[in-house]
Amino acid sequence: MKRREFLQALAAAAAAGLPLDSPRAANADRFYDALTPFGNVALLHITDCHAQLRPTHFREPSVNLGVGGARGKPPHLVGKALLDYFAIAPGTREAHALTYLDFTQAARTFGAMGGFPQLATLIAQLRAARPGALLCDGGDTWQGSGTALWTKGQDMVDAAKLLGVDVMTGHWEFTYGAARVRQIVDKDFAGRIDFVAQNVRTADFGDAVFAPYVIRTINGARVAIVGQAFPYTPIANPRYFVSEWTFGIQEETLQKAVDDARAKGAQVVVLLSHNGMDVDLKLATRVSGIDAILGGHTHDAVPRPVRVANRGGSTLVTNAGSDGKFVGLLEFDVRAGKVDGVRYRLIPVFANLLAPDREMDALVSKVRAPYESKLSEKLAITEDLLYRRGNFNGTFDQLLLDALMAEKNAAIAFSPGFRFGPTLLPGDPIRLEDLLDQTAITYPYVTLTKMSGETIKAILEDVADNLFNPDPYYQQGGDMVRVGGLRYAIDPNETMGRRISKMEIDGKAIEPSRSYNVAGWAPVSEEARAAGGEPVWEVVARYLRAQKTIAPRKLNLPEIRGMAGDPGLGA
Amino acid sequence: MNTNRRHALKTGGALSLLSLVAAAGWLKPGDAAAADAWNKSAFETHSLDETMKALGGTSPVPSNDIVFFSTPDIAENGAVVPVGITSKVPQTESIAILIEKNPNMLAAVFDIPPGTDPSLTTRIKMAQTSNVYALVKANGKYYATSKEIKVTLGGCGG
Repeated sequence: MKRREFLQALAAAAAAGLPLDSPRAANADRFYDALTPFGNVALLHITDCHAQLRPTHFREPSVNLGVGGARGKPPHLVGKALLDYFAIAPGTREAHALTYLDFTQAARTFGAMGGFPQLATLIAQLRAARPGALLCDGGDTWQGSGTALWTKGQDMVDAAKLLGVDVMTGHWEFTYGAARVRQIVDKDFAGRIDFVAQNVRTADFGDAVFAPYVIRTINGARVAIVGQAFPYTPIANPRYFVSEWTFGIQEETLQKAVDDARAKGAQVVVLLSHNGMDVDLKLATRVSGIDAILGGHTHDAVPRPVRVANRGGSTLVTNAGSDGKFVGLLEFDVRAGKVDGVRYRLIPVFANLLAPDREMDALVSKVRAPYESKLSEKLAITEDLLYRRGNFNGTFDQLLLDALMAEKNAAIAFSPGFRFGPTLLPGDPIRLEDLLDQTAITYPYVTLTKMSGETIKAILEDVADNLFNPDPYYQQGGDMVRVGGLRYAIDPNETMGRRISKMEIDGKAIEPSRSYNVAGWAPVSEEARAAGGEPVWEVVARYLRAQKTIAPRKLNLPEIRGMAGDPGLGA
Repeated sequence: MNTNRRHALKTGGALSLLSLVAAAGWLKPGDAAAADAWNKSAFETHSLDETMKALGGTSPVPSNDIVFFSTPDIAENGAVVPVGITSKVPQTESIAILIEKNPNMLAAVFDIPPGTDPSLTTRIKMAQTSNVYALVKANGKYYATSKEIKVTLGGCGG
C-alpha cells in the first residue's frame, strides 16, 4: 500500500471508528498510529512556523538556561537532561525532534521536519478522527521567509486558510504594520479565521482592536478560545509599525475576558498565547478559569504540559516548538458541561512519514514560482552545521557576525537573538532562500555605529535582563544578542548591571570611554528607519559569494558563570 | 473603535477644547488659587527623603493597601507610561507619584476630596528603568508602595 493510500485508509478507518492499531495497519509505518482520539473536544495547535512552507531541519538549543524559580524545570532542559526528564529513549525519532543530540547524523537518518503539505496531511488525519476539532495558530506565521516578506504575508495567509486554521493570534504579523494586519483580518480572514487578542488596545482610548475571544460549539460543548498577542511587540520590534496600539500583559483584562466567556456558557476556556512559556507559567498562577494555555513565542518544544495551580483550580501550560516541527493536540472530555478529563500530546511532523497533501503542495509551488530562481541562487557551500537557536550564539549567527564585521570593517558586530530560522547540514548549499530564512524582516537595515565601551556594556546588560530577569513578566522571550569580536563573561543569576564582566577585544579590556565601531542590523528606532541602510541579506550574500566555501568557524560564546551542571546547559 | 469620537478630537484639536473649557469658566488664565496651591519646591526634589520633607511629611509606611493597576512592567514608550493607582487606605487625602531615577523625582500629586474614589490613572515620563512610588497621605500620615517599571533599549525579541 502506498503511503497516501495508507493515510487515506487510516483516516477512513478512524472516521469509521475502527481501532487504529488493528492488524490492517500493522504493516505500515507505525509512528502516527498511536494517536487514538480521546474525549469529545479536540484542539489542534500550531505556532511559530515562521513561514516555513517546505520541510526543514531545526536544531533545538544546547543552551536554554532558566533562572530563579525556572532553573532546571521545563522548558529549561536541553539534550540528555530533557530526555531523562520526559523518559524519552535516546536515538529515537522523538529524541531527534526534541534535542540537538547527534544532530547531523540524526537529521540524515530521520529526515526533514514540518512543511505545509505534510502538515496538511497530518491535520486532515487528526481531524478525520476528531469531528469538530479546531485548528489554532499561535502566530509568527506570516514572517520568516523571502516569499512571506515579498508578498507581505499573503503566501502564509493563503496557506493558513487552506490548512483550515480556525483561530489565530499574533506577534511578527504586526511588523507588516497595523494597516496590513487590519486588511488581512477584515478581508482575507472574514468568515474564515478569527483573529483574537484581548491585550491589544488603542493607545488613546483603550478600545479593543480585535475580538478578545471566540466561542465555538464542538460536539455540544461550548469552547472559548481567548487570544493573547505577544505583549512586548512595540518594544521587541519597532513601535512605529503599531504606533496607535498598545499591548502588554493585562491580567485584569484577561481575567475579565475569561469570566465573560464563562458567563456566556463556555464550558472549556483555552488561552491561545504568544507570551512565551515562562510568562505563561507565571500568568497561569495569577489568572483563574483557564483550562489550558496553548503557548508559543519561546519556541520551546515541551512534550508534556506543566500543570499550574491557581485560586480557581489549575491550568495546563503547553508550548509547541517552532518552524512547523510540531502539532499540539489538546483533547478534553466534557461531561455534563464540565471538563472531566484532558490529554495533551506534542506530535512531531516527520516529512518522510507524511505524504504531501496535493492541494497544499500545488499552492506552495504556485506562491514560490515567481521567486524560485532568485531564491535558489547558491551563495556558498557550508562545511559546518549551521544553526541559530541557543541562549548565546549559533553557527549561523556567527556567520552573520563575521560577514558584518568583514563587509563593514567593524571590530565588533551585534546580531539580534532571534529564535527563528532553520538549520543547514554540512555539505548543504547556502541559497539566498536559506539566508532569507534567517533575516527576512521588515526592518533589515544594517547599521554602523560608534559606541563607547560604556554603551556596549549597557546594551549587553539590557538584553541580558530581558532574558535572565528572575521575574518572567520582565522577559521578552528572545535570546541574548549575538556578539562578534568582543569577548565577555556573563553570570545569569546576577542582577541588572552586574551580569556582564571581562569585556575584551583582542585580549585588551574594553575601555568605558573609548569609541568602537559596531556593525549591527534590525534597529527598532524610528531614526534608524529614516537613516535607512542596506538590507542585511545583501551584505551577507556579498560576503558568502566571495567566500564560496564556509569552513567550520569558531563560535564566539561568552564565559558562562554560576551555571555549571545546569540541566539547561548542554554537555 | 469609535472613529467619530477620535475624529472629533483630532479635528477639534486640544487647544480649542481647552479654550472652550476656559470660556465656560472652569479654568481661568493665570488662576491665582492654582498658583498658590503649587508646591514648587516639592517638584524640584531629587530623593525620596527630600520629597518627603518638601511635602511636609515623614518617611512613609509600606502599605499593601495601595495597588498599581493597568501599569506595565516594561514601558512601551518611556515618554508616555500609563500608570494606575488605587488606595484602600482609609481617609486618603492625596496620592503622589514619585519616580526614583527621574531628574525631578515628584511627577504628580492628586488631591482626593472627601467622598471621592481614591483611584486614578495618568501617564508619566521616564528616561530609564526606575522604581516608581505611589505615595498616599491619609489622615495626616504617609503610606507608600513601589513598582519597578523597565524602560528597555528594545529589539532582539523572538
